[in-house]
Amino acid sequence: MWAEILVIVIKVVVVSSVLLTLVPIMVWVERRGAAMIQDRLGPNRVGPFGLLQPIVDAVKLITKEDLTPSGVKGVDRLLYLLAPSIALVVAISVFIAVPFGFDPGLKLFGHAIDGFIVAPNLNLGILYIFAIASLGVYSVVLAGWASNNKYSLMGGIRASAQMVSYELAMTISVVGVLMVSGSFGLQDVVLHQSGTWFGFIPRWNVFPQIIGAITFIVAAFAETNRLPFDLVEAEAELVVGYHTEYSSMRFAAFFMSEYVNMVTASSLIVILFFGGWTLPGFATPAGWLGALVSIGIFAVKVAFFLWFFVWVRWTLPRFRFDQLMALGWKTMIPLAVLNFLLVGAGMALRNL
Amino acid sequence: MVTYVFLVAAAVAIVFALLAIVHRNPIVNVLSLLVVFFALAAIYAVLGMDFLAAMQLIVYAGAVLVLFLFVIMLLNIKSVERIGSGRPLQAVFGALTAIAIATATVLAIRQLTPSWGALLPGSAKGTVYPLGHALLTSHTFAFELISVLLVASLVGAYVLARKEDR
Repeated sequence: MWAEILVIVIKVVVVSSVLLTLVPIMVWVERRGAAMIQDRLGPNRVGPFGLLQPIVDAVKLITKEDLTPSGVKGVDRLLYLLAPSIALVVAISVFIAVPFGFDPGLKLFGHAIDGFIVAPNLNLGILYIFAIASLGVYSVVLAGWASNNKYSLMGGIRASAQMVSYELAMTISVVGVLMVSGSFGLQDVVLHQSGTWFGFIPRWNVFPQIIGAITFIVAAFAETNRLPFDLVEAEAELVVGYHTEYSSMRFAAFFMSEYVNMVTASSLIVILFFGGWTLPGFATPAGWLGALVSIGIFAVKVAFFLWFFVWVRWTLPRFRFDQLMALGWKTMIPLAVLNFLLVGAGMALRNL
Repeated sequence: MVTYVFLVAAAVAIVFALLAIVHRNPIVNVLSLLVVFFALAAIYAVLGMDFLAAMQLIVYAGAVLVLFLFVIMLLNIKSVERIGSGRPLQAVFGALTAIAIATATVLAIRQLTPSWGALLPGSAKGTVYPLGHALLTSHTFAFELISVLLVASLVGAYVLARKEDR
């Protein structure tokens, strides 16, 4: 009983602290990466390679004054203060259904750890992730509404339209993977992708379902509000959109939730289309060593996609809003449906 | 356990449903409705209908209510005027109709399930497979009928929104 609770507490603490520790690291990667792509140096003064820069940034954010714009009172004030919390709570709680390593039946304090996932018995898997992640838009919309600022409001309006549009494409592009795996659980999705075709092509979903993988990755960019889809905070048009009025740790909460969402999106891309913690031709060793190796493989793959997010941000220009909507509805959704139909047809033909 | 969760969720749902109708600030209305949907999802989940609970959140909380918010923000409605009861007869008929529908629903549920206990987990299989199987075998007609209705409403919205070449 106590061992069970202890295992769950350890999982929750470790996962959430790793997620929050990744935020300053990603901020550093983002700034140095942007500098590298733009042929500059970037922040390199504090600590070796500027690695301590995020700590200095955090001190600055914590000690800043927490402002509430004038004219924000009553219910609006409550919503104004609530919005950043919603962003961070949603971002972190989505991750409890994400498996991040292979568990060969390990025990901690005499109790099975039940796989490297916070909520192993949640048989909804990816549906839970979609259900909770779809609530993240409320933080943006409420922040935009409650700020009493027309640029913030514009950002909020854009967010509501953009999130709903790209969520459709994202959901449909996952259906193919779920059909092949026959399960909503992400652990089953990963296990389905172990092994190879013809001895050298990994059995990753990206190869047969390349269309689904592309639509999922593009929709993930749109759902995390990253460039080229960051119309919500387009600084050339809207100052910074929905969080214009926020300062101090409330601003930091939005900032952190963006990076946590990036980690979740990268993890989902890796799990659904790039084989999770599996590596073809590599047998995971038994015991704790195997678990650590599998977590390491997963971390490397996630790190690549995190870098991909940074890379794309500083390479591509921003879309116009009508282009964003046209792409979402007229290109992404039909392509996702095409992927779904092709997978269905393939499965039906194999069963003939 | 199930009973307590149900009682709490039902109370929350009723309170916030009232708030969704009564409050003057449209954003508060929408957010109260969001809480109602959460309470309903909790009831579904505790009854073992986890797929229905997830769908409740994805479709209603994640999409429909966001579009409500979109419209409110686009029109920038800060407060709704209280509509006086200018038409008392209409209000009476409305109330009577609502009571009639509620009674019919309760009677229908009682007819279909022998006791309230039959709705408890274990008897209701809420996973994806039975639901999908039922939709594509025994309930195909209803399923297709709903999709026809959805297409009709889509076409209707398109016709209303279209401006040029009448």
